[in-house]
Amino acid sequence: MWFLEHAWLIPLIPAIAFFGIIFFGKKMPKGGSEIALVAMVAALVIAGGTAKQWIDYNDAPPAESATHAVEGAAVEEGAVAEEGAHAEEGAVAEEGVATEEGTHAVEGAVAEEGAGEEEHHVAPVRHTWTWWESGALSFTIGSHIDGLAVMLLLLVTFISTLVLLYSTEYVRGDRRFTHFFASLVLFSSGMLAMVLAPDMSQLILGWEIMGLCSFMLIGHWWEETANSKAALKAFLTVRTGDIGLLVGTAMLLGIFKTLDISKINEMAAAGEFESKKVLMWAAVALFIAAIGKSGQFPLHTWLPDAMAGPTPVSSLLHSSTMVVAGVFLVARLYPVFHVGLDINLLGQSFNLIAVIGGITILIAAGLAFVQNDIKKVLAYSTVSQLGYMMMGLGVGAWVPAVFHIFTHAFFKCCLFLCAGSVSHTASHHSFDMKKDMGGLARKMPVTFATWMVSTLALCGVPFISGFFSKDEIIDSAKYNGYTVFYYIGIIGAGMTAAYMTRATYLTFFGKARGAAAHFLGEEHHDEHAADAAADHGDAHGHDAHDDHGATVAHGKPLPFAPSDSPWQLTTPLLILGVLALISGYLNAAPLGKSWLRFEHWMISSAGLPFGEHDPMALPHPPEFKWMNTVPGLALVALGFLVSLFLCRGLFGDKAFALKGLTSRNKLAGAGHKFLVNKYYLDHLYEKVIVRGITGPISSAAYWVNQNILDGIVNGAGKGGRRTGELVYKYVDQGLVDGIVNGSGSSARATGGALQPMQSGKVNQYGALLFSAAAIGALVLVIVNS
Amino acid sequence: MLSDQNWLLSVGTFLPLVGVVLMVFVPKHDEVTAKGIAVITAAATLVIGIITLIKFDYDQSEKLQFFVDNKWIDVISSRYIVGLDGLSLPLYILSMIITLLVMIYSWNHVPSPGNPKAFYILMLVLQVGMAGTFIAQDLILFFVFFELVLLPMYFMIGVWGGENRQYASLKFFLYTMFGSALMLVAFLALFFQTKGADSDHGFSILRLIEEGAGLSRNVQIWIFAGMFVGFAVKVPMFPFHTWLPDAHTQAPTQGSVILAAILLKLGTYGFVRIAIPILPEGAKAWAPWIGILAVIGIIYGALGCLAQTDMKRLIAFSSVAHMGYVMLGISTLTPLGMNAAMFGMVAHGLITGMLFFVAGSVKERYHTLEIKRLSGMLKQMPKLGWILGFCAMASLGLPGLAGFWGEFPAILSAYSPAEGLNETLFRVLMVIAAIGTVLAAAYLLWLYQRTAFGEPTAEFAGHGDGHDGHDSHAHGAHDAPAVAVAQSVGAAANDDDHHSDIHDVGIFEWIAWTPLLIGILVLGIYPQLMFKVLDPAVQVALKAFKAP
Repeated sequence: MWFLEHAWLIPLIPAIAFFGIIFFGKKMPKGGSEIALVAMVAALVIAGGTAKQWIDYNDAPPAESATHAVEGAAVEEGAVAEEGAHAEEGAVAEEGVATEEGTHAVEGAVAEEGAGEEEHHVAPVRHTWTWWESGALSFTIGSHIDGLAVMLLLLVTFISTLVLLYSTEYVRGDRRFTHFFASLVLFSSGMLAMVLAPDMSQLILGWEIMGLCSFMLIGHWWEETANSKAALKAFLTVRTGDIGLLVGTAMLLGIFKTLDISKINEMAAAGEFESKKVLMWAAVALFIAAIGKSGQFPLHTWLPDAMAGPTPVSSLLHSSTMVVAGVFLVARLYPVFHVGLDINLLGQSFNLIAVIGGITILIAAGLAFVQNDIKKVLAYSTVSQLGYMMMGLGVGAWVPAVFHIFTHAFFKCCLFLCAGSVSHTASHHSFDMKKDMGGLARKMPVTFATWMVSTLALCGVPFISGFFSKDEIIDSAKYNGYTVFYYIGIIGAGMTAAYMTRATYLTFFGKARGAAAHFLGEEHHDEHAADAAADHGDAHGHDAHDDHGATVAHGKPLPFAPSDSPWQLTTPLLILGVLALISGYLNAAPLGKSWLRFEHWMISSAGLPFGEHDPMALPHPPEFKWMNTVPGLALVALGFLVSLFLCRGLFGDKAFALKGLTSRNKLAGAGHKFLVNKYYLDHLYEKVIVRGITGPISSAAYWVNQNILDGIVNGAGKGGRRTGELVYKYVDQGLVDGIVNGSGSSARATGGALQPMQSGKVNQYGALLFSAAAIGALVLVIVNS
Repeated sequence: MLSDQNWLLSVGTFLPLVGVVLMVFVPKHDEVTAKGIAVITAAATLVIGIITLIKFDYDQSEKLQFFVDNKWIDVISSRYIVGLDGLSLPLYILSMIITLLVMIYSWNHVPSPGNPKAFYILMLVLQVGMAGTFIAQDLILFFVFFELVLLPMYFMIGVWGGENRQYASLKFFLYTMFGSALMLVAFLALFFQTKGADSDHGFSILRLIEEGAGLSRNVQIWIFAGMFVGFAVKVPMFPFHTWLPDAHTQAPTQGSVILAAILLKLGTYGFVRIAIPILPEGAKAWAPWIGILAVIGIIYGALGCLAQTDMKRLIAFSSVAHMGYVMLGISTLTPLGMNAAMFGMVAHGLITGMLFFVAGSVKERYHTLEIKRLSGMLKQMPKLGWILGFCAMASLGLPGLAGFWGEFPAILSAYSPAEGLNETLFRVLMVIAAIGTVLAAAYLLWLYQRTAFGEPTAEFAGHGDGHDGHDSHAHGAHDAPAVAVAQSVGAAANDDDHHSDIHDVGIFEWIAWTPLLIGILVLGIYPQLMFKVLDPAVQVALKAFKAP
């Protein structure tokens, strides 16, 4: 139990490492990267221990688990009684569930099922301190360990460690090497703190710290305006979503009188709230935050631009971990969303979460087709996959959606690192597939192999990780009555296969172009070499390293060109590649119930029991049938084939009828342009909204300030002075002037440099105002007495 | 036991005057002695403050401690009543810290036209007024201190200010004076309405809190209106804020820092200490209007920021927005909102004070604050750039830094205001206030992007401390501060170009800034430190209101 009760150390260690790196990093022999690595490994070890103990605890939840959990807590009194009460409630609910689950019990092993019933009610292990209080309201900080938290703790620490290792080589020699590592560990700390949050205020803390790190890392090479703009865009777009987070949190506090996540979930699941309508709005508000953070339509536009950051950042923050924070928020407060939005209500075929997720899947996949930048393809792919997770949560498929977070993290992180490996070693820091890649499969076996495995996983090819999670989401959509989303799911799967085939073809097959040709030794004479050399400095805005051009090692003189990237790059690739292959077997529905380990560990975190068509209960997971996967797999296969055919034609050497179609055919051209311009959403945001606010609207406000409000003030001053002059002239010259001059000369004496011309007026104003005030006072007293 | 060390407050408040007296005898040309006396006095004052901090009984922070009640002006039955509770303690100590730090900063930053002796004397007088306002428990005493603050600041701006200082100082003075006049009217009205003449504690706040609630609603509303204008001008609330940007822009750095850190809080403190507890019915009637104006201030201030081309003026406008959150918290009349407001005051003091310090240092180095002309500060002065970034993040309300704890609970509290207030209205205000956080991020980060990121503009390029990248070697990341210092020293010696004074943060700046930076971080990480002190006192101040 030591690990379960000390899980709060996991975010704390990287947080301390951050300060260590900032203050001492530059003096360390490896520029602070060693602090970062040691801290992350330490966090990983503790996370591993926590996971192990959670599994044991989950398998055999001690009867006195509630009291056990609280023993360690320093401050939580009173909570003992409450948690005890919860355990009892749980026991009652269990009986009800047991009968409903009769159908399941038939096939499953009895022992397994026994545990399965228990697992809905495994109380989280909490360890909290009071963070801030106001009157009766008390807000905590600390750790809240349950399946969902443990999964993400392990995931984040694990991937962070690999990415840090990768970065030691990838950003070697960078001008802000130390800051880079500092920001990365601060990010991990923020994410881990969010994942562990027992209270909404800690969740917000982690959430915003991630935003800060995202800002710092996207803008890592801030010398270039494009990068700093992308950083600003990311921060502000996410922050726009955060309006929802603030408002939603305020509503939760209003509804439940607490921000404690466990209590909120319990009360929402038990229907202990006054108005369902208010709860619905709270869910909507919180979902807006999730839209911003997880790059859902219509706030997804920041994520592709965020690729301006170094590749390790893209792979850690902007694909595998940070961007799932929005999905995590929905999964964490699932009872609020489930009850508030009536998910799983009989006859419901649409809800906000599913709709947004579904739209996101399709629009992002569409955009992935027209990108030339390999990282942008992956970025849109990430957006699209986040759409799957969101849609999964929207159709009641909590476990598959959370499982998709898990599998997606491995293969998407791996894909980004492959892209980085290609750019680092082969294409000279370029990410342009059309210009600087092609044919690389021959020379980069490790990168190519891991890329292929991850691509297949992403596409949902059977028996590779992505299949087990994505197919479950799609299947649940159909089974739970969300038919439209079933079709969106399978169409999206086909599109995924197609755009990934295109990216793979452009990168690894065909004729080598530009820098890649140079790398492969195929360019010799032609002008590509000159191109590539010229590109070094400017064309490849993002990932332009400091050591550009300066170090010959990166120019890869051909006879010495290594067959692949250095070990710091390939090791993480191999590890992630293997996990991309096998991680799906943690919850492999096709292999039978006993393979559903993941569900067994996670399900108590959903906060809802299983039940039929009731917003207060999770829908049962569908039974796996191979027949159900056929349409989806057929579309995936179709996507592969069509895309392969088109790619060979379009990007190959031979003449092909469709080549140049977009320039010949108006309709195709318009469609292409529409996609290239990202549905014109960026135009709307940047040219209309942002420019409107920073331009005319703020200028107008300022104009009002200067001319109207200030005009009144100045006018009053002038009027006062004029009246004063009149009074001075005709009425009371002697008295006022006497006082005025007296104080005026003393003021002059003190101030020394004050201009006499003005100081006289000060006194007039002052005297005038005071006499006016005195009259006012008299009036007030008389009126009210 | 509460009366044991009751000399502490009076000594802590008036000690700076001893320094003033001593300094009068220092010849004008002996600047070091004059500055030395002033700094030592301020330090001694802070020591008294720290003793107060130690002796303060935190388990009874709702009670007025170190309480003194002496005869003062018998004719109007006004008495010298001072005391300190959880509401005043943070601000009282903050004023001492800020004064000392500003003095340290001024050591080699006396603004033109010089004359440090007079400058330091003004700061000491200012300190008396600020500290006094926070401990006064008698309305006349409060008023005297409140007004005492005005004069030194008027001279600071009018003498040591920028080009347009005459106009700005005049406007500042008159505007505040106008507010004070109405406030005094309200005080007098309160005195007469509660038959203060019959009591020997006519203006005692404690007495008025007991008597005030008995006044009819109408009377309360009228009196509250008077106080409202007085305090609102000082805060400043929209639409009484127009003196602020001018005063800040024209004031010397020191003036801006003190103005932002402490003077603005006199207004909000007045609401919390005087207007609301004494006139609960009036407060209830006015609360919606305060809330509306506060939220207008948030949005309007942010838009004003976005329109600015001058860094200092932008920071000045951001105060309007930030004080909007404070006033929104106050207008809910709930403990949560009030706690947020009190926290927000201190946080704003630290953060905006720091931002003005940075602006001052930027001006000193570049001789301009025009955003267009600044760029690449991170490259030329990495440390100053980082500090600006840190303060910008704190100012936009990043959790983990102090600013968040003023903003977030204020927004939370607006969802359920005190009983009797219109819920729908306040919920709308909450949403608008939340939108304000995005605008805050926009103007601060946009400022940061334009000034700190990018390459230095041509006119200032090549004079920086930081590595320029072009000439750095493969391990350019390993900034060697020693080399940087050597470079700048070399540049200063050899280069007679006036831009040669672009150097990174200096030693006096470090001494003056570090406590503020640490304060921002510590309060951000462990907010309970302050909520614990504030909360009991806030509960007492709001005992007339029912929580929702």
